Amino acid sequence: MLLSRALLQRHSVLPGFDLALGFTLLYLGFIVLVPLSAAFLKTATMTWPAFWDTVTSPRVLASYRLTFGASFAAALLNVVAGLMVAWVLVRYGFPGRRIVDALVDLPFALPTAVAGIALTALYAKNGWIGSLLPFKVSYTPLGVFVALTFIGLPFVVRTVQPVLEDLQQEVEEAAATLGANRWQTFWRVILPVLTPALLTGFALAFARALGEYGSVIFIAGNMPMVSEITPLLIITKLEQYDYAGATAIATVMLVAAFALLLAINGLQAWARARQGR
Amino acid sequence: MNPSPSSPLRRLLLGAALAAAAIGAQAKDIVLLNVSYDPTRELYADFNKAFATHWKAKTGDVVTVKQSHGGSGKQARSVIDGLEADVVTLALAYDIDEIGERAKLLAPDWQKRLKHNSSPYTSTYIFLVRKGNPKGIKDWGDLVKSGVSVITANPKTSGGARWGYLAAYGWALKQPGGNDAKAKEFVAQLFANVPVLDSGARGSTVTFAERGVGDVLLAWENEAHLSIKEFGADKFDIVYPPTSILAEPPVTVVDKVVDKRGTRAVAQAYLEYLYTPEGQELAARHFYRPIDAAVAARHAKTFPKVALFTIDELFGGWTKAQKTHFADGGVFDQVYTKK
Repeated sequence: MLLSRALLQRHSVLPGFDLALGFTLLYLGFIVLVPLSAAFLKTATMTWPAFWDTVTSPRVLASYRLTFGASFAAALLNVVAGLMVAWVLVRYGFPGRRIVDALVDLPFALPTAVAGIALTALYAKNGWIGSLLPFKVSYTPLGVFVALTFIGLPFVVRTVQPVLEDLQQEVEEAAATLGANRWQTFWRVILPVLTPALLTGFALAFARALGEYGSVIFIAGNMPMVSEITPLLIITKLEQYDYAGATAIATVMLVAAFALLLAINGLQAWARARQGR
Repeated sequence: MNPSPSSPLRRLLLGAALAAAAIGAQAKDIVLLNVSYDPTRELYADFNKAFATHWKAKTGDVVTVKQSHGGSGKQARSVIDGLEADVVTLALAYDIDEIGERAKLLAPDWQKRLKHNSSPYTSTYIFLVRKGNPKGIKDWGDLVKSGVSVITANPKTSGGARWGYLAAYGWALKQPGGNDAKAKEFVAQLFANVPVLDSGARGSTVTFAERGVGDVLLAWENEAHLSIKEFGADKFDIVYPPTSILAEPPVTVVDKVVDKRGTRAVAQAYLEYLYTPEGQELAARHFYRPIDAAVAARHAKTFPKVALFTIDELFGGWTKAQKTHFADGGVFDQVYTKK
């Protein structure tokens, strides 16, 4: 304790480690832990077999597959597309760049229901995009993927952008003078620096997609076993006054999401350590 | 704190207080909250104005009724969780039962307190089809034909869709040789023809009317009429099946809330006003079936005769129907999970 205090006091601008940590724990406690533990406590009113039946019923299992699968796929697409968008915004000057830059944030600000209704209208069979496509998007699992991609994009762009800005173009030139081709420069020089930021962006987009309700619900079609997302099943349970059942599914989602985020954080630490090598 | 009745300031204050009390006794400002479900928005907007005028004329008090609308189950949950509703006017009795059951805000016999199962207006579930009825849909049996795409909301989340589901099930029960096994088979076939399940009745109306999905929409009678008004009579036709269910959206005063707020008298009068010819006329104009015979006769053209069965006669009441059909693992879930 003495030692850690001595170590931390040297660099800290905040009024002391104890106070700052105390505040952090209190704040996180009230804002995050208390509401979450309420969910856990409500779940605890169920017996173990009832809990297990609820969270492993076929419809619920199907919804996990859709929610986690579509969220993962959407976050993955956003990592690729988001890197490209960030690259263009950082490396090139073109007329309207600031407008494009601001556009990226729109999915943050738009009420998700508005996004959902707009996407559904666009991708429905009689919509602008839907009428051109040979396959159905609205009211299928593909629609869920589209909505989750839409809401996840800014997370990747906004985490990668500052890192790209810090990355000096001289580094690329140096790589080129040392004989690296374009692919090697990207793979060996740029990507390692960006990996932690890309992972953070991925984690944020993924986590956001897991909990997304408003935009998905309009485009999904909500067919049991096919296009029902897990948050909808939670709402469905609430609609039947089954509070314990709702929180049981929520608890499973929370634990799964927490484990995945922890794993991504671990991966990120590993990537950083590797880069620092 | 010695009393000094002669002090001029005191007398002034006393006078002011008395004057204020006198004004207060003359005209009170009362605010009521009516927590209702989605499709009644327009009805209560008009009705609240009519009631305010009526109450002002009768007592001199100014009453403002605030409205809250949403899915019936969600609205009931808000009341259970503490939203102070003086009156609730929901889509089905089960939701109000739950308010009594879970939050103990109501007497258990609430549904016997007003006439006609506490339902001042009724409705039913009917079909809305594309103009000219290209698929020739006339009765419930036509909904399971191959190539017919049916739009309805999810009965698990929408009170209205539950009425629609029970109407279909009830029709199958009443067919010659009909029994539970055949009725289950029928709703399974029906829902196999449903490509989209929105969570609320309004949502499925939008899917059908604006997104152009489906051949037939199962709809509240009043929502079907509203859609025609909203989107134009050149786009859709209303089809009345020969039989359907009698939907009784009930109303009640929330005892604990009105006693706490001292609004019982006016809340009671508000609901009773729904039963007067004025209230009935407004209900009819908003496409709810009036129970007053004279008003019903005036609007006979709007409401064609349909043989209506009740939930009590075929399903043994809401609590039982809810448990058998819509609870987890119930008949509706089996339609999707047992294939």
